[in-house]
Amino acid sequence: MKFSKIEFTVGCFIVAAIICGVLLALKVAGLTFDFKNDCYTVHGYFDNVGSLKLRSPVKIGGVVVGRVSNIYVDPEKLVPVVEMEIQRKYNMLSSESKASILTAGLIGEQYIGITPGFYDEDMGTTYLKDGDRINDTGSAIVLEDLIGKFLYSVNKSDSSSESSSSGSGDAENVQ
Amino acid sequence: MFILNLILKLGSWGQRRLSAIGRATIMLFYSLVGRPQFRKNFPQLIRQIYVVGVQSISIIVVSGLFIGMVLGLQGFHVLVDFMAEGALGQMVALAIIRELGPVVTALLFAGRAGSALTAEIGLKKATEQLLSMEMMAVDPLRRVIAPRFWAGVISLPLLTIIFTLVGIFGGKLVGVDWLGVDDGIFWSGMQSSIDFWDDLMMCAIKSVVFAITVIWIALFNGYDLVPTSVGISKATTNTVVQSSLAVLGLDFVLTAVMF
Repeated sequence: MKFSKIEFTVGCFIVAAIICGVLLALKVAGLTFDFKNDCYTVHGYFDNVGSLKLRSPVKIGGVVVGRVSNIYVDPEKLVPVVEMEIQRKYNMLSSESKASILTAGLIGEQYIGITPGFYDEDMGTTYLKDGDRINDTGSAIVLEDLIGKFLYSVNKSDSSSESSSSGSGDAENVQ
Repeated sequence: MFILNLILKLGSWGQRRLSAIGRATIMLFYSLVGRPQFRKNFPQLIRQIYVVGVQSISIIVVSGLFIGMVLGLQGFHVLVDFMAEGALGQMVALAIIRELGPVVTALLFAGRAGSALTAEIGLKKATEQLLSMEMMAVDPLRRVIAPRFWAGVISLPLLTIIFTLVGIFGGKLVGVDWLGVDDGIFWSGMQSSIDFWDDLMMCAIKSVVFAITVIWIALFNGYDLVPTSVGISKATTNTVVQSSLAVLGLDFVLTAVMF
């Protein structure tokens, strides 16, 4: 084959650009290739998903084990449903595990925290499989709701009694 | 009377613009649509990628490096006031991937390659090379315009990728190696905030759109110019001005639509 300098440099240019693209995807976007295929999907019903987004992390004790793959509202029950993909190697989660929507820090992003439940065959618990539902869920804490409840309780206690100590006690009870 | 004149002038201006857009579309249509002749055009395409893409690498790499370094330096001095140097990687990467990468590469490309293409095709027209091609039953649109168009559309996204990577490493050079931001936090903050589909793919889409715009404006200005020395200089200026404005305007529209 005839060696052409121009063809060689163009080839190098394209190869360099492809290498740069792969580096960007791996190093900057943190894309991993073996992640998606090796997962199983479970879903849970939540009262309120807050600002949970697609691809939000799913964590056990702070360690990422999966991603949120889909968020939609059940058309019959009108309840938000969150589908999450969990890596296949964490397949020893019992069906009694609890999934709750938590917030990283005060204003951080929201993620799903899974608290592993007990496993006992006699009690009828099983390991979570593909397509299973997590029954025990905890909804996102919406800051506005909390503030609303707090203000409401403060107003109520102010009108009922003058003393500040009973007021704060009321607020705690309501919360 | 004055108002009538004004309206007449506006009308003739609009008519000229519209007919130019029409001629540009016809030029692009005839140069791209037709029976594909890969074997015949492939050497031409390689040659044009060399001229348009490979020879622009040096300016792209140098400007990418310096833009990344400046971003790292400026970002560090602002973020250090809030004890948030850890967010430097995130800031540099987001700025470069979402905006600076595609836009600055397209602007440099318009100045470096677009003006050269306009002048080249303009001179071909002025010296009647295009006409003599037609005499030899070679379609100048297919032979001259099409390979240059595809070369631009292929080269600019590749150059954008190189620019982005070099820019991020420039930011890393200043932030991590000189100013002492922690290496792990720099990269992990970046990885947690940048999504492959949302950010990198949008960057790629932007750069493809910019490539089509810039190369189309450059080719049309060269193909449509008045074949004199003044005409060539005017067309070259027009290419740089129009494509820069088009890139900046389109960038706003694309950002508004995508993010």
